[in-house]
Amino acid sequence: MARAVTTQRKTLNTVIAWGIGLLIFFPILWTILTSFKTEGQAIADPPLFLFFDWTLENYAVVQERSDYMRFLWNSVIIAGGSTLLGIIIAVPAAWSMAFVPSKRTKDILLWMLSTKMLPAVGVLYPIYLLFISLGLLDTRIGLTIVLMLINLPIIVWMLYTYFKEIPGEILEAARMDGASLKEEILYVLTPMAIPGIASTVLLNIILAWNEAFWTLNLTAANAAPLTAFIASYSSPEGLFFAKLSAASTMAIAPILILGWFSQKQLVRGLTFGAVK
Amino acid sequence: MATQQSRSAARLMMAPAVVLLLGWMLVPLIMTLYFSFKKYLPLRGDSLENGLQWVGFQNYIRFVSSSSFWPSVQTTLIIVGGVLVITVVLGVLLALLLDQPMWGQGVVRILVIAPFFVMPTVSGLVWKNMFMDPINGILAHTWRFFGAEPLQWLSQHSLESIVLIVSWQWLPFATLILLTAIQSLDSEQLEAAEMDGASSLKRFWFIILPHLSRAITIVILIQTIFLLSVFAEIFVTTAGAFGTKTLTYLIFQRVLESQNVGLGSAGGVYAIILANIVAIFLMRIVGKNLDA
Amino acid sequence: MKYFARAVLGAAVVSLMASTAHADGHAKTLTIATVNNGDMIRMQGLTDDFTEKTGHKVEWVTLEENVLRQRVTTDITTKGGAFDIMTIGMYEAPIWGKNGWLVPLNNLSAEYDVDDILPAMRGGLSYDGTLFAAPFYGESSMIMYRTDLMEKAGMEMPDAPTWDFVRKAAAAMTDRDNDINGICLRGKAGWGEGGAFITAMSNSFGARWFDEEWNAQFDTEEWKNTLTFFKGMMDESGPAGYATNGFNENLSLFQQGKCGMWIDATVAASFVTNPKDSTVADSVGFALAPDTGLGKRSNWLWAWALAIPAGSQKVDAATQFIEWATSKGYIELVASKEGWANVPPGARTSLYENPNYKDIPFAKMTLDSILSADPNDSTVKPSPYVGIQFAAIPEFAGIATEVSQEFSAAYAGQQTIEEALAKAQAITNDAMEAAGYK
Repeated sequence: MARAVTTQRKTLNTVIAWGIGLLIFFPILWTILTSFKTEGQAIADPPLFLFFDWTLENYAVVQERSDYMRFLWNSVIIAGGSTLLGIIIAVPAAWSMAFVPSKRTKDILLWMLSTKMLPAVGVLYPIYLLFISLGLLDTRIGLTIVLMLINLPIIVWMLYTYFKEIPGEILEAARMDGASLKEEILYVLTPMAIPGIASTVLLNIILAWNEAFWTLNLTAANAAPLTAFIASYSSPEGLFFAKLSAASTMAIAPILILGWFSQKQLVRGLTFGAVK
Repeated sequence: MATQQSRSAARLMMAPAVVLLLGWMLVPLIMTLYFSFKKYLPLRGDSLENGLQWVGFQNYIRFVSSSSFWPSVQTTLIIVGGVLVITVVLGVLLALLLDQPMWGQGVVRILVIAPFFVMPTVSGLVWKNMFMDPINGILAHTWRFFGAEPLQWLSQHSLESIVLIVSWQWLPFATLILLTAIQSLDSEQLEAAEMDGASSLKRFWFIILPHLSRAITIVILIQTIFLLSVFAEIFVTTAGAFGTKTLTYLIFQRVLESQNVGLGSAGGVYAIILANIVAIFLMRIVGKNLDA
Repeated sequence: MKYFARAVLGAAVVSLMASTAHADGHAKTLTIATVNNGDMIRMQGLTDDFTEKTGHKVEWVTLEENVLRQRVTTDITTKGGAFDIMTIGMYEAPIWGKNGWLVPLNNLSAEYDVDDILPAMRGGLSYDGTLFAAPFYGESSMIMYRTDLMEKAGMEMPDAPTWDFVRKAAAAMTDRDNDINGICLRGKAGWGEGGAFITAMSNSFGARWFDEEWNAQFDTEEWKNTLTFFKGMMDESGPAGYATNGFNENLSLFQQGKCGMWIDATVAASFVTNPKDSTVADSVGFALAPDTGLGKRSNWLWAWALAIPAGSQKVDAATQFIEWATSKGYIELVASKEGWANVPPGARTSLYENPNYKDIPFAKMTLDSILSADPNDSTVKPSPYVGIQFAAIPEFAGIATEVSQEFSAAYAGQQTIEEALAKAQAITNDAMEAAGYK
């Protein structure tokens, strides 16, 4: 039974939400707008909002200077690969913690999070030396593994929370009906957990996409993802805002599109509540 | 209800994650501990092959006795605390709002989540130059429009500015997690309460908030871990000046700018200790929600 | 080992492919780390010329200055071997050369004409008489000022002004109602930003970083005078929030016509006189960086240079690249495509003798500024270090960054100049002790 909502109330919601949404989005909107200005217009005083000579020059310059597709491809592989690998390892772990908790579950969870507490810069030298001796420097596989390890605790945590939301009775019912562990996970748990897994995947791809310490410090020419692409446009000598904005827009766009699509998955969370 | 069999299966399923993370934790940790007792100045030619000189606790003593140490701990805690409060409070309100029926819900959600997609370096640069610049920034123009003297954000209100930038980046994360949690809330329960005449404030306090408690806990814990190591936003805006030097930033200065790996490693050990203190503290406050 | 095997395999494949096209059959792929400044970006666009001439291919890793520095330093100290050529500055070259981490550039060809490189650049990139990096472009610092505003203020800029004149002129040019600040200078924390400026400025006030025994000198009158003068002048005539302004911030202010004077890198001259980005391109004049009559001016010396890490497997190809990129021929190549105003400046004597280049308005002042800078004798009182806006010791970057953070806090009024100097003194002595100087 859906709650009755007046049009008036809905209009009010819409206005407030759009207002706040646009306010939060404004810095990004501004970046996108700036990417279509010349460098001179980008620093114009007073700022130019919409009435300037729109130009694609910055995109042309960026594309000519750096092979965007190569950086993009590396980002896709590293972010996607590390998330996929992470999910494969984390789903069973989170499942067992959520449904077969022991006395130590909470401690293990906390310990996992604590592995992220060592500041990355403090271990740059050890990890760099390790990468040299393993021959992983400037390889996509090396970065994929590192980013997977970095984000694994987060993946486990998020999945654990979502799994916890799933009522245990449903699983027991399935078990009573004679479902095996495998069937239980595949046919009962997974469909219910899809919104949770989807948002976990999305968030972790973003985290991996934006990770800018290891991806910069462990790569050279071969495995460099979009963070390195951005690092070649931030703060050069001279004016750079229009070009940085164009480069940023190019770096954000794939993720924004992905976010747009996964939006549907996130919305499915609504029906998920009704199952209960 | 777990049987012996499912227990051992559970252990098996946890094993890969635990083993991997154990390795990922132990190798750097042991190397950091090792370096922290050594004199390791790479630019002076010290290297592992040549053997490093043992200096006992000298690095540890030097790191704490630096005049930057205690202020950096304080700065770290202010940034973590400030961002947590802002993102959790606003995150709950935003999640509630976005859960309401409206037109263009999907688009609004994307707008709100979008800041999370921006790389920290870029958002630092955008905020510094296009927004907070006291002459050309949009905020300065806004202030002048209302006849006020523009603020010198990054020098006079440096910590507030950093908290603002970082909150902007992390608010989407909190909102997204909380929104997903709200959506799993039983609407019948809310309706029943509504019919019983409970005010919306009461419904929020007694039904919604308790339901969100675990999600809030997750947001706080995960964000804390990331916030403790906030770096790029400070690096490109204030470069550690004006009291914005966090412990992570101090370690960065020791390892990469001063090229003193031993000293930086000792700092890393302190950072782990601080992180654990914060974690224990948080667990006392919110940890009970995890059992629910 | 996998990486090594792959590198060998890759090199083999590439050389196999190239050998069909080139008789020598040793074509390689060079990985070059460089900074994202305009001149280097231009070089990337011209790489095909190099590949055509030698058959070697080039992979660029272009990074922002700070990221580049941390990236190449990590790689060189761990002998990571990720790069065949690194772009480094005048600060790194002698330190790395001393440690034996760079291939000495002894065997440059005769036509390269190493003696044509400006002596100041060659000196700054050498250790113990051996050249370790070839300058791609060099710079000093000078005054860039608005000729129209100067005229309006009824003053005339001498070729070699004093700080007192600059301060007076700045006050006269300042027009707060019209958003014009008499002078824009770097106040931003960081050894390469505000730290570099204030150090170069302090030289002209008779200050120095260290005495002959490596004792910090921030407790001296000279440093107090430097900071007092700087803050006093900037509070009078500088832009709001100058404590966070670095090179780029000041550049955009100047290009928007909001600065009367700007003392900064000589390479900025081509940016402020470029009508495409600058609203004041027609009315910019140049003068030497100011002094106080003590015999030292406040200009610095810097070069971005190319160097080969020791242990590289591709020394020959890398040397060929360096000879190409820093040659007279390269300068002509750029001139033919982009015009003489855009060639990499400050590296070669012959450029300044070239009649085509003499017409460029900032050419003479750039050369005069470079020639008046001597890294081996930068301070009024004797000092134990080499370098003008830095001291070429491994600890300097770290110390100067922290010190400049204290200075920036003083500019912003969060502490007094005395407090900032006292902290700077403690930070420096502490770090020098940690490094084993005492």
